[in-house]
Amino acid sequence: MTTSPLLDATGVAKNYGAVAALRNASLSVLPGEVHALMGANGAGKSTLVKILTGAIHADAGRVLIRGETRDIRSPAAARRAGLLPVYQEPSLIPDLDVLSNLRLTGTPVEPFRAWVRELGIPDLDLRDTARDIPLAVLRVLDLARALAVEPDVLLLDEMTAALPANLAEKVLEVVRRQGDSGRSVIFISHRFVEISALCDRATVLRDGETVGVVDIVPGVEEKIVELMLGARIVKTKMAARPTGQAASTAASRPRLSVRNLRVGTKLNDVSFDLANGEVVGVVALEGQGQDELFAALAGSIRPSGGTIEVDGQGVKFTHPSDAIRAGIAYVPGDRTEALAMQRSVHENIALPFSAALRKWGPIRVHKERTVVASAIARLQIDTRAQGEVQRLSGGNQQKVTIARWIAANARTILCFDPTRGIDVGTKQEIYKLLRELAGLDKSVLFYTSELEEVQRVCDRVIVIFGGQVVDIFPVEEADEPALMRAAYGLPRGVTADVGILADPTSHPSQTPEAAP
Amino acid sequence: MSSSATMPQPVSFGRRVKRFMADRPLVPLIILLILLVVILQILRPGIVNERWIANTIKFAIPLAILAGCQTMTMLTGGIDLSVGTVATMSAFIMATQIVSQDPVVAFLLAMMPAVLIGLINGIGVGVFRVHPLIMTLGTSLIGTGCLQVYQRTVIASGAKIPDFLNWLGTGLTYGFPNALLLFVPLAVLIVFTLRRTGFGRLLYAVGDNERAARLSGVRYWQVITALYVISSLLAGITGLLYIGLIKAPSLSLAEPLVLPSVAAAVIGGTSIFGGRGGYTGTIIGALILTVLTTLLTILQMPEGARRILFGLIVLFVTAAYLRIVEER
Repeated sequence: MTTSPLLDATGVAKNYGAVAALRNASLSVLPGEVHALMGANGAGKSTLVKILTGAIHADAGRVLIRGETRDIRSPAAARRAGLLPVYQEPSLIPDLDVLSNLRLTGTPVEPFRAWVRELGIPDLDLRDTARDIPLAVLRVLDLARALAVEPDVLLLDEMTAALPANLAEKVLEVVRRQGDSGRSVIFISHRFVEISALCDRATVLRDGETVGVVDIVPGVEEKIVELMLGARIVKTKMAARPTGQAASTAASRPRLSVRNLRVGTKLNDVSFDLANGEVVGVVALEGQGQDELFAALAGSIRPSGGTIEVDGQGVKFTHPSDAIRAGIAYVPGDRTEALAMQRSVHENIALPFSAALRKWGPIRVHKERTVVASAIARLQIDTRAQGEVQRLSGGNQQKVTIARWIAANARTILCFDPTRGIDVGTKQEIYKLLRELAGLDKSVLFYTSELEEVQRVCDRVIVIFGGQVVDIFPVEEADEPALMRAAYGLPRGVTADVGILADPTSHPSQTPEAAP
Repeated sequence: MSSSATMPQPVSFGRRVKRFMADRPLVPLIILLILLVVILQILRPGIVNERWIANTIKFAIPLAILAGCQTMTMLTGGIDLSVGTVATMSAFIMATQIVSQDPVVAFLLAMMPAVLIGLINGIGVGVFRVHPLIMTLGTSLIGTGCLQVYQRTVIASGAKIPDFLNWLGTGLTYGFPNALLLFVPLAVLIVFTLRRTGFGRLLYAVGDNERAARLSGVRYWQVITALYVISSLLAGITGLLYIGLIKAPSLSLAEPLVLPSVAAAVIGGTSIFGGRGGYTGTIIGALILTVLTTLLTILQMPEGARRILFGLIVLFVTAAYLRIVEER
């Protein structure tokens, strides 16, 4: 193609303090192209998108739109330049009806209506309050609102997530047509099936840099995965570790014993045991009830049925402090939920010490400092910026959330996706730490969204689907394909491929019907 | 998006000063305080003398204690607007009960509404999650109403200021205001509580991230209830001190101190959104406001202009201070 790019960003960099979110990202989108933006978690996709749409400013780099340098200083400026995003979170104001929301952004109503019909929602009432509209429909309305102003470049962030199949299909169809009519779409997705059906090219980011631009042709997935992972494709085999140790303790009374646990409609009838010195993995797709399971075990929410036993004693938690007293500590996946960001590393680690009413008095500074220092040393927390936790890198922040419970000497640790969005080195340290904890006879329940972690860390893994435990694997059998199948609710032993490396030709229904 | 170097550059002088200030947030405050005193001395040569300093401290102390209430509540993301009413109530009850009662009994009676209002504030904010602004404003109005009713019952018996409070509020010993005997231990106690006790740590933690505190086992309502009771007790004590200083019991005695006490805490660097700040800054904030009031008084402006200027200066100082101290 000899046409000049519609959007051309080069050398974009962004630092947050000492952390480089983007080093040298570039993205070039041709007219009439559907362009995929890909990268593993933390590669810098969302930062790049935010820069392009004016939500944040780049520290360096150049953005050309139709060959002209544009300084995109605000979302409004991006809009004037013809760049329009549709984010994962619905952007309609919940308390206004749809019509008022349209007026707010100056969206023409008739084209909007036409697009909504086009997208498969024939009977939308513009007088409906946004709050009362289901999430899936809201996302479609967001898209229709963007389409109605006819942007040159449409930016879709995980557009089909949370959409039921029929709506997703319509959306993909419209996106494809958008490309055919000479406009461009930047499409962010983790689903190879959609990308291979929809996109012309893909830009791959890794560690804040653009590492490749590839044409989407059959079989390109391997290449993309290779680019996303870089050198990491060479899988480090899990360290040899004695697997017999869990078996010996399993005979004794389990640390944690969950029977028929129910939480509202999200979690039905979950039962499992967690032995002393065992790391049990939990694998589930988004929103299968794992959040509720962890919250119930941590005392954050009350289960609606079932029993929890700690060391053979039945317990009922009404507040996290009850769980903590029973030796159960919860490390949430979202670090901002666990840390007082403006306070020091020391204070964050020592926070549980002061929680109980009888510990409100003077702090025994010396003793506390020793305990905290040993926890910091244990996790090798980088303490150069320890005055305020918010200045630490994500990995170090995560370490602080774990160090807190090591200092408090919790016997059972519930880790919810502790390695989300942190660098590879820290991930390795956390794997090692969890194994060490198990070696000290502590028990760990470990939810992870990265399946490869299971074999590195866990002794057993339970798979949750639709609020129920659908399978329990011994670690030897828990390779990624097996876990992926189980997580999608498929019984063990079925060979059909699912997940990211699925062959696009096996989904003929999603190939575009009219190639240009 | 102009391209700019991301390489570390030699740090400029301005930036170094800024970093120094950010690490020691008290320094710019003290500089400002000294600056104000110097301006005062220039405008009225000779005004700054021993007597003036003692007087300024005397008037700054009640403000500083009330600002301590605001500092502690603001650390949790709250505010205590009932301090004025509580102080007035304890002062008024003390002045009227001392006529017929034993001093100890009068003192206990005077502190009763403080404990009660603090408890109601704490339970309202901590258990029922009423916004602190509304909660304390509500109890403040209720308190004022009760005081009006109470006034009718004691109108015949009259009021007097106990000698001890008189001595504490206005007296000087070797040129030092006696009120310092109350204030210094109190200030040390507050600073110590905030820095070196579990309770103090929880105030910061709850204000910074309530969810995180909860996940660490902190029971929010306990912290908040204790906090508002302490705040009210401090306000009650301030009332007793203030009546010794003003010597005229009225139904709106300490009311004019409420908003300046909030301003003093904010000027002193305590974030109204919680989690950040401390009491030493607040003390200097209270001194700054007191000196500023003197300064505006000697300018002999009409009252309206004086208030406008006061408001503008408070806004400007706060904005400037945040810009200096917050390194973002």
